[in-house]
Amino acid sequence: MMMIDRRRLLAGGAALGVLSSSGFGEWAKAWAQTAPWKPEAGAQLSMLRWKYFVQSEDDAFVAMIDAFTKATGVKVNISRESYEDVQPKASVAANTGAGPDMFWGLYSLPHLFPQKCVDVTDVADYLGKKYGGWTDSAQQYAKSGDKWIAVPVCYSGNLMNYRVSHMKKAGFSEFPKTTDEFLEYAKATKANGNPGGLALGHASGDGNGWIYWCLWAFGGNHVDKNDKVTINSPETEKALIYAKALYDNMIPGTVAWNDSFNNKAFLAGEISWTNNGISIYVAASKDPSKKEIADDMNHAYMPVGPVGKPTELHLMYPVLAMNHTKYPQACKALMAFMLEAQNFNPWIEAAQGYLTHCLNAYDANPVWTADPKRTVYRDVAKRSLTAGGQGSVGEKAAAAIADFVILDMFAAYCTGREDAKNAMRIAERQLTRIYR
Amino acid sequence: MSDDAMVARIKPARRETTSWERLKANRNWLGFWFMVPAMAFLILFLAYPLILGVWLSFTDARIGRPGVFVGIENYEWLAGDTNFWLVVFNTLFYTLVASVVKFAVGLYLALLLNERMPFKAMIRAVVLIPFIVPTVLSAIAFWWIYDSQFSIVSWSLRNLGLIEGNINFLGDTWNARWSVIFANVWRGIPFIAITLLAGLQTVSPSLYEAATIDGANSWQRFRYITYPLLTPIIAVVMTFSVLFTFTDFQLIWVLTRGGPVNATHLMATLSYQRAILGGNLGEGAAISTAMIPFLFAAIMISWFGLQRRKWQQGEDN
Repeated sequence: MMMIDRRRLLAGGAALGVLSSSGFGEWAKAWAQTAPWKPEAGAQLSMLRWKYFVQSEDDAFVAMIDAFTKATGVKVNISRESYEDVQPKASVAANTGAGPDMFWGLYSLPHLFPQKCVDVTDVADYLGKKYGGWTDSAQQYAKSGDKWIAVPVCYSGNLMNYRVSHMKKAGFSEFPKTTDEFLEYAKATKANGNPGGLALGHASGDGNGWIYWCLWAFGGNHVDKNDKVTINSPETEKALIYAKALYDNMIPGTVAWNDSFNNKAFLAGEISWTNNGISIYVAASKDPSKKEIADDMNHAYMPVGPVGKPTELHLMYPVLAMNHTKYPQACKALMAFMLEAQNFNPWIEAAQGYLTHCLNAYDANPVWTADPKRTVYRDVAKRSLTAGGQGSVGEKAAAAIADFVILDMFAAYCTGREDAKNAMRIAERQLTRIYR
Repeated sequence: MSDDAMVARIKPARRETTSWERLKANRNWLGFWFMVPAMAFLILFLAYPLILGVWLSFTDARIGRPGVFVGIENYEWLAGDTNFWLVVFNTLFYTLVASVVKFAVGLYLALLLNERMPFKAMIRAVVLIPFIVPTVLSAIAFWWIYDSQFSIVSWSLRNLGLIEGNINFLGDTWNARWSVIFANVWRGIPFIAITLLAGLQTVSPSLYEAATIDGANSWQRFRYITYPLLTPIIAVVMTFSVLFTFTDFQLIWVLTRGGPVNATHLMATLSYQRAILGGNLGEGAAISTAMIPFLFAAIMISWFGLQRRKWQQGEDN
């Protein structure tokens, strides 16, 4: 999905200028005086966040944190880990009651230890009222019952990336909108020598992204509303058969792909379509030798399947405070500060479409319209379902996704290791245990 | 003075020498106290985590929440889990093949390096390189070598006109298994070669001289002198090698994450995936605990291998 070695290609943009201007500093001070959360005396925070993929996003983030420190006197120590390593560290912190005060991770991280998270309902209510409300999926990710256990900061959209010239060559005037058309598209591009590829290895982001989309697109669900396991169904079988047909028309080797393979392959011109964040486009735009690819690519929503509505799964990045922190008020102040328009607008601009807001008011940010190729990523928070599917988004859904139960089921069937019935039965057994 | 009075005077004196002073002079008692620091260290850092791990495997502990005792439920579940058995097979296959190849090539290299040759010291240093490079770095290098689109191997063979398309190193079940085994062997050989070389150098040249005079050929010299004298070192080095291979984690995690379709998942990686990523500590601990019998067997084989070598004490040669 993202390439770490490309993250430094992007220098801080104009957005950084806004965050470091003196007028901004005064706004931050005024904010600190009127904000409902007064940091404890002598408060110091440490936060572990996922490692940035777009350098300018991190620059803007650091500038925002500096402003917070200047305005409130609260020092914030930021450490960064590869996004897959945040969860194990947060889990250990939750288990031992020691470690960073705040964690900014992905998916349903707070639901792995809901009772260890500071109740941030007041922060979420404050932001929701001020900025046009939260999207549905964001609420599901951040709430445990009626209580908010995290603040859903943003999504990282996972949509189709495709080469425009290859699409035209395959006889399509626009990217397919339905699953049937998409299969035809895969066949046509492969026949032209421009195959695409979707990761079938243990790729937490891209692999799960398209697998859950495919399952839901055909009406399959791993659990129902009451968390009863329903994976073994004719709908799932249809999804498996469709995925295999797609797989047979992809570039060989996708079963070994992790999250970064499709980026590499797309940027090298080896594949003509894949599912990804906007990072391929950002990397291609900044690299003069890849300009041809940047000019020739575009993004599209994931095609809609027989269920007739979008069934996308995007990466959620919630930030949470651990209840072992000595400074819960400072944590809440920082969370609210991060999502105030004066901070959040320049920050998502700096992220160049990589990150999408969960607060409706930010739809108006010019980042989404300045470059029309980014526009589809604006809507991911509204289109996203949660990793729980129809069921709860709690620790069980998190365990199912972390253990790659659904992904392995698809991979086993697509590679011919298991037939559909067996693949579903194995997944059913694993899910039954996770959801007991 | 009466006898009674005499006895009364001697008795207390005798009691003093018996208990405390005798204990103080007792070498075993003193020895015990000298051992305490080492023992405390072992208990704290080895025994306690091990016992805790075994205990966790009998609970349904999840991350962030202590579990309750569930007996052998985790093991029962694993017994019926086809993925688990696939992983056990992978681990045994990986360990067996990699260890045998590492031993054969390592011994061969050690014998070569023991010969007289120019730049001997430098060649020995070069052989160590795969062992010196951090595992994660060499794994990343292999990750590129095995890439399904950018592999240098595929590229070279394609340009030589030997193959049509790219080799699907990590995407095909068996290709992936052989690929990770190759990477492990590459990394493990220096350890075995250098350790066996050290052993070879302790073999007295006079034995070879005597054998040569007796008319032994080079195979016989290897079979009846080198091999028997090397056996204790082989036993130690192979135990370590088997243990390291059996518990391998980094290489697999970087190269395949256990894919494709769990074909290269080892017990260590599955345990991590289920316990830390999936949050199911109890089940992960059960997978780790299931490794113990295998490791114990490896240690026992080596231990008895060492014990049998009575010739070490000069009884039989």
